[in-house]
Amino acid sequence: MGTFSFGSLLRNAMAGHKDWPRQWRAPDPKPAYDAIIVGAGGHGLATAYYLAKEHGVRNVAVLEKGWLGGGNTGRNTTIIRSNYLWEESEALYDHAVKLWEGLSHELNYNVMYSPRGVLMLAHNIHDIQVFKRHVHANRLAGIDNEWLTAEQAKEFCPPLNIAPGMRYPVLGAALRRRGGVARYDAVAWGYARAADRLGVDIIQNCEVKGIRRDANGAVTGVETTRGDIATKKIGVVAAGHTSVVMSMADVRMPLESFPLQALVSEPVKPVMPCVVMSNTIHAYISQSDKGELVIGAGTDQYISYSQTGGLHITTHTLDAICELFPMFRRMRMLRNWGGIVDVTPDRSPIIGKTPVPGLFVNCGWGTGGFKATPGSGHVFAATIARDEPHPIAAPFTMERFVTGRLIDEAAAAAVAH
Amino acid sequence: MLLILCPYCGPRAEIEFRCGGESHIERPGPYSEVDDGAWADYLFTRKNPKGEHRERWLHAAGCRQWFNVARDTVSHTILAVYPMGKTRPPTEAGT
Ligand SMILES: Cc1cc2nc3c(=O)[nH]c(=O)nc-3n(C[C@H](O)[C@H](O)[C@H](O)COP(=O)(O)OP(=O)(O)OC[C@H]3O[C@@H](n4cnc5c(N)ncnc54)[C@H](O)[C@@H]3O)c2cc1C
Ligand SMILES: [Zn+2]
Repeated sequence: MGTFSFGSLLRNAMAGHKDWPRQWRAPDPKPAYDAIIVGAGGHGLATAYYLAKEHGVRNVAVLEKGWLGGGNTGRNTTIIRSNYLWEESEALYDHAVKLWEGLSHELNYNVMYSPRGVLMLAHNIHDIQVFKRHVHANRLAGIDNEWLTAEQAKEFCPPLNIAPGMRYPVLGAALRRRGGVARYDAVAWGYARAADRLGVDIIQNCEVKGIRRDANGAVTGVETTRGDIATKKIGVVAAGHTSVVMSMADVRMPLESFPLQALVSEPVKPVMPCVVMSNTIHAYISQSDKGELVIGAGTDQYISYSQTGGLHITTHTLDAICELFPMFRRMRMLRNWGGIVDVTPDRSPIIGKTPVPGLFVNCGWGTGGFKATPGSGHVFAATIARDEPHPIAAPFTMERFVTGRLIDEAAAAAVAH
Repeated sequence: MLLILCPYCGPRAEIEFRCGGESHIERPGPYSEVDDGAWADYLFTRKNPKGEHRERWLHAAGCRQWFNVARDTVSHTILAVYPMGKTRPPTEAGT
């Protein structure tokens, strides 16, 4: 398959880019694996990669009902940050940010990680109080986050409208300088290629339909659209479909699945220097390297598996964008789509073991799990390999809903990403 | 956007309504005999089905009445609308 290098790029450019080999195999499922990962999104592929790389578990299959990266990984607005409120979350998301920083090198694949700064706007007194609390909490945890006045925010992001006459005036902003964006499909492809090189079988168009268990309840394998496959360890990383997959092992989840939407504009020259988010008026925006404005909207209010959301949700977001950035009013929007996100009651993920021996789950990332992709895969792989929670993952078990030790990140995570 | 048939006001646009989540969740009791697991189930565990879902809706910008809806979570088709406190009528489409 070869390693990407300046030399290989040059050689292939000279040859008209006709000789690039396939980046991963398309294997048929083997009768048995040491571990099976359900879902080839970024989190599932990262899990398989770290299982093979750090734990020597190479006889692994990742089963995907569609194509790899076709779920939320390929539908998200790619905002990366770790300015969450509680220490447990700060540790988890910052673990990911640290991995992002070296990821292109680690995978030998350019994931286009670009820490260009994430600006979160405050529009009322409540926002100011909440964001300042976050700034202080983050500083105590050693995570950069600073408070800007409206004028300083405008200096950092010149297209921003801070006119006092706005319906929801900008009163200030929290700036996370190390936050930014990355290229979503490069993340999925980079992990897929790197995992494949370590021997992991990535099997697409293979939907898991059932989970087999022995007399003691322990898992013995899966039933799929490409036949039965035996295994003693299953990691479910199925995002919006987690409740459906877990019900195959009679495990009921504290999850609800909602459509979340995004849209992109026609491409234009560089105009947005950073990411801007507003939780209060439900809008966030950045610019891709192709030049499209990438705009994120909110969730619908009802459960859905349709991968489409209501149009009134996106128009509501565009109202907010037009008010915040009047210069974008005449831009045309090219595409709009939805993804199904799995939301927990406390807006924090669930990573860990389940009541079923051999069954592990990594879910509940809801509207904001792309940023955690490397860290999530890293701690989940350790959890599966050692059969006990990685220390960073330990607070995120399902049992927290019974003990009451919730990790409430509604203010940091709900709606926004 | 859904078109929802309020049993009191007739068909109205979804933006007039609030979805209140899964219907028919019973509060466990008596209080002193309920263990933490049962409370967690009551508060947090949800069916979240791919297919027919029974959910509560509030006509917030209308008559302000609550009622139940049976809706398909893939096609969004509303299969039945029925009053609070009642179970879903079995004669309608679906199961
Ligand atoms: C519009 C939108 C915007 C977002 N914006 C951001 C953002 O700015 N920042 C951020 O951090 N996060 C964001 N998110 C959230 C983020 O996309 C997700 O949290 C994250 O990508 C989840 O990754 P995953 O690998 O767990 O899920 P996915 O990529 O969805 O992967 C799960 C995979 O499981 C497969 N699967 C499901 N059931 C089965 C089965 N039975 N058998 C086999 N395979 C199955 C699916 O096909 C899918 O490919 C956004 C999400 C959406 C929808
Ligand atoms: Zn009404």
